[in-house]
Amino acid sequence: MPKDWDVSMKFYADLHLCPSLERTDEARELIRKSAELGYDAVGVAFPLRVEQSRIQAVREMCRTCGLDLVTRVDLTPNNPVNLLKSLRNLRRQFEVIAVLCLSKAVARQAAKDRRVDVISFPSTDSRKRFFDSAEAALASEAMVSFGVDMSPLLQLQGFQRSRLLSFLRKETLIARKSQVPIVLSSGAISANLLRKPEDYAFLSYLFGLDFGGAMRGFCENPRTIVERNRKKLSPNYVAPGVYIVRRGEDCHDG
Amino acid sequence: MRRRYIAVKIESDHPVEERDFYDAVWTSILKLFGEYGASQAELGLIDYSGETNQAILRCSHKALDLVGASIVAVTGIRNEKAVAHILLTSGTLKSLRRKLRSQKTADRGASAL
Repeated sequence: MPKDWDVSMKFYADLHLCPSLERTDEARELIRKSAELGYDAVGVAFPLRVEQSRIQAVREMCRTCGLDLVTRVDLTPNNPVNLLKSLRNLRRQFEVIAVLCLSKAVARQAAKDRRVDVISFPSTDSRKRFFDSAEAALASEAMVSFGVDMSPLLQLQGFQRSRLLSFLRKETLIARKSQVPIVLSSGAISANLLRKPEDYAFLSYLFGLDFGGAMRGFCENPRTIVERNRKKLSPNYVAPGVYIVRRGEDCHDG
Repeated sequence: MRRRYIAVKIESDHPVEERDFYDAVWTSILKLFGEYGASQAELGLIDYSGETNQAILRCSHKALDLVGASIVAVTGIRNEKAVAHILLTSGTLKSLRRKLRSQKTADRGASAL
């Protein structure tokens, strides 16, 4: 493997698995395969209204495979007002909130909102890819990451794939210039679209991301998001930088 | 010429012949990089084991990323779903085989635990 990547930093997370939760066997297979390929954590995309029992069932599947489950929700709002409404309702329910931006107004709102973790754009519709330098500047300020799903690169062929690669090449360059973290994920709906993080790092060569950058997209950047959000979702979190360190009557003695 | 050796693991529900795997990698290179890119790859199949579904490929060291991306992009072999994972890369065949052996030993140790 190329030497610009420190293996000791290893904590691989695929923050975007899209199993059909109705088909338990498929979901189990996807999770089992992720564990086999060397991931430490997986982000499973849940529907907006999901029962806790379903999340618990997926958590149990992950636990038996030795994986850490990261709960994720994918928002596709059609206007900024809907986005804000969804964020108010869902921010404290999920560990990762991703927004698939279908309009420029939504993209701008998502990029400047600190409650959003990942923004992404449709793979097959080039008119709806709004990640330019203005978007990147907003995202950088609000610590919003630019999400890239790798499975469309395996599924698409010919003109569609070359157009997607062309956009990804431009967008990753903009993201790196503006210091927007890039989060790579599989976006897989089935096990045959899953690859190892190192495999994806080779694939990301197609859009100009070096090996180290790609591995950070599977390791450091997702971990930062998950750790930050878990701290925020913890009952001890009060405000940015303020945490409860002790509870009880004797806390004034500490 | 400096070369790189790549160990690949093939996953498929059907038995995969050596020729079919090699064709799939070539097809993937041609699809992604065209004939000009393929001409720079200097690709060769060094070893193939149908039993373990592992192969060793050789390429020009300048084309490692190109060949690596093409191997990962393989989604089917002879119209059947298949996946190719890169296990290791190395500068010499000897060190690649040594690393593969030590990896196998480590895997056995882990599964014994």
